[in-house]
Amino acid sequence: MPLPDSFIKQCQRLLGAENVIADPESLKVYECDALSAYRQVPDLVVLPEAVDQVQAILRLCHQLNIPVVARGAGTGLAGGALPVDGGIVLGLSKMNKILEIDPANRRAMLQPGVRNLAISEAARRHGLYYAPDPSSQIACSIGGNVAENAGGVHCLKYGLTVHNVLQIKLVTMAGELLTLGGGGLDTPGYDVLALAIGSEGLLGVVVEITVRLLPLPPQTQVLLAAFASVEQAGTAVAAVIADGLVPAGLELMDNAAIRATEAFVNAGYPVDAAAILLCELDGLNEQVEADSARAEKLLMQNGATELRKAVNAEECKRFWAGRKAAFPAVGRIASDYYCMDGTIPRKHLAKVLKQIGEMAEECGLAVVNVFHAGDGNLHPLILYDANQQGDFEKAEALGGHILELCVLVGGTITGEHGVGHEKLGQMCVQFQAAELAQFHRLKQAFDPEGLLNPGKAIPTLHRCSEFGRLHVHQGRLPHPELERF
Amino acid sequence: MLEQDLSFGLQQQVQQAAIDVAPLKIMGGNTKAFYGGRCDASKVLYITGHSGVIDYEPSELVITARSGTRLVDIIELLANQRQTLGFEPPDFNGKATLGGTLATGFSGPRRPFAGSARDFMLGGKIINGHGEMLSFGGRVMKNVAGFDVSRLMVGALGTLGVILEASLRVIPLPETELTVTYALSEPQALAKMPVLAGQPWPISAMAYDGECLRLRLSGAEQAVRAIIGRIGGDMDELGDIFWQDLREQRLAFFLWSGDLWRISVAPATPALPLPGRWFLDWGGALRWLKTDASADAVHAEAQKAGGYAVCYQGAQNDWFRLDGGLFSLQQNIRKAFDPLKLLNPGRLWP
Repeated sequence: MPLPDSFIKQCQRLLGAENVIADPESLKVYECDALSAYRQVPDLVVLPEAVDQVQAILRLCHQLNIPVVARGAGTGLAGGALPVDGGIVLGLSKMNKILEIDPANRRAMLQPGVRNLAISEAARRHGLYYAPDPSSQIACSIGGNVAENAGGVHCLKYGLTVHNVLQIKLVTMAGELLTLGGGGLDTPGYDVLALAIGSEGLLGVVVEITVRLLPLPPQTQVLLAAFASVEQAGTAVAAVIADGLVPAGLELMDNAAIRATEAFVNAGYPVDAAAILLCELDGLNEQVEADSARAEKLLMQNGATELRKAVNAEECKRFWAGRKAAFPAVGRIASDYYCMDGTIPRKHLAKVLKQIGEMAEECGLAVVNVFHAGDGNLHPLILYDANQQGDFEKAEALGGHILELCVLVGGTITGEHGVGHEKLGQMCVQFQAAELAQFHRLKQAFDPEGLLNPGKAIPTLHRCSEFGRLHVHQGRLPHPELERF
Repeated sequence: MLEQDLSFGLQQQVQQAAIDVAPLKIMGGNTKAFYGGRCDASKVLYITGHSGVIDYEPSELVITARSGTRLVDIIELLANQRQTLGFEPPDFNGKATLGGTLATGFSGPRRPFAGSARDFMLGGKIINGHGEMLSFGGRVMKNVAGFDVSRLMVGALGTLGVILEASLRVIPLPETELTVTYALSEPQALAKMPVLAGQPWPISAMAYDGECLRLRLSGAEQAVRAIIGRIGGDMDELGDIFWQDLREQRLAFFLWSGDLWRISVAPATPALPLPGRWFLDWGGALRWLKTDASADAVHAEAQKAGGYAVCYQGAQNDWFRLDGGLFSLQQNIRKAFDPLKLLNPGRLWP
């Protein structure tokens, strides 16, 4: 559905012709995010450079009833930035300035296009950093992180984006600029800040973010423990946490993942182990010493067949190298894979992994497990071959069953990737009709006409049968240069 | 601890209220009626009978309990497994319930270092103003499916839904907690707090009472002792009692006359030019003020400093302010949950 010329001209007048993309070749860049299985060439892309431009564009679209899909760096894994027919894409990549680093108050004021990693790089000279570290952190933007409530390897100790944002400025579909949160920690009234974080671009467009910075931990230690069964590794995870340790990271890889990564990056992992755990501890030297002594003891008591302790920062990095290369490594051994993102209560870890294995075997597919064991966030990678007829459908069905299993044991269909376009179907498994209706009423409180990112995140009741998942063709992820973990 | 599920009874009462268009006053332990606006509803929805822990496994770091459960019972249960609630909420003589604590969103001295009540909220079950029983969030650490409605309930004073049960993340009890004090003037304290908070130390509370800056450190004994060896200060043997009394708002400061305000600002904000007595908590991010100054004056100064003032006890008709855009958005949100204004009318808005 082409947009009227007069509208395009108005956008050009508001933003300058250089910030409005209308030619088909350039528009193609915006046809998908990192979930490239779903594509839709947008009708128009606008790239505002200032808050008042965002307001003006939204006011105009509101007046003309034109849908708007906000987009950050386009690294999302759930199709949240997929364009909609007859709508525009509002790209925030040109609003990429760090407005202020305020070391006395340990915070940073940022435009939405600032890259996640750039925040920590800028804060480093003050001995500070920004904790949430999604795997795409060298490319993903803070605005997108807020929209998705992004996680990462260190969530277990340091929380998600929602725990690390102090204030945002949000433009509503009607073009109104709202400040959510404040300079302090408490705000009166409803916690609209918490609601807006993770709202996947359905409630407003984030144009400024103030994040909390933390003092850099002076010491980091990584332990690598091998286990003869995945169940034992799962039990060890529970034991570490029950004992009162909260590691900065606690990651599990199964044998298939160990072999794949070992063949790829040669991290020195024990390839005969059924599973390995990587346990990262950080803080003061004395704290790390105490914690790693405790962790070592617990891991050994809970059946570790081998335990390695990194002797220096170099070795810490090597221990992590395999984990960080796991996704591309799996991409080398299978022509295609699906990445799932369910979270389960940790106590069901062993049971769920076993069941996933059985379900995979039943349909003749292999599954590689590499995930955030500490917070129960699974990333099963389903291997398949798109060129084999029916293989894709089998993988899709298996993925669906895995997420349903996560819900069944008391977990959730998405721990950190978001619902986007991809998991609309599974939302109907997770929520009852009345709950979905409540979500829709909440959306209407912000955007009564339903123009912001329509059709994403919250399914309409009659859409509940639709499914979709991350489809990686020929082992190639979009943004292959990014570590995915 | 009483184990009793009254969900359906409570739901019926809300449904009946919707039919009669007769608003309800939601009441747990009734320990926080002093806070916020007065609820004008004549009918009371009693929550305390709806109590008991539904699920708790220490290795999950999650507890799920009914909203009428007393906070002290939850904290005791957690303490048996060497765990606790990270946001250190007040228990008001043991009477406060989980539901009331979440509805007000009260967090204690540990809040800037560990997180607030809403930060620990993982999911829950509510009854909205339509009388529907709804579940949001979950019992897992990471969950981004759907809007974060359970966190929205925290601090909403019951005006969006009756909280039936909640799943909270818990934290391990620190191996050691020690408090050190420094005798400082207010300008010295205001200058020192941001410097301390910028250090990579296991700080778990920091407050200034007008004479002494107190710093609580929590962690492995060898780590806590090492820090104290490095930074000096006097050990406060009664530190634990001080933090408890601050949490429960029963220090001498709270007995002074005047309205009691909580002013939330960035921690390094200079002293605000308002008359009265000050008590600085949260490393400077929470300024308690006992004053006779007008609500206008207090709100104006807080706003100038980029923060918010909330009258905690006193001026009930002008206890907080929101700007126009935010105010009408919040009315829309309320309408999305409770269009008939059945739940706690007057508590947050008329």
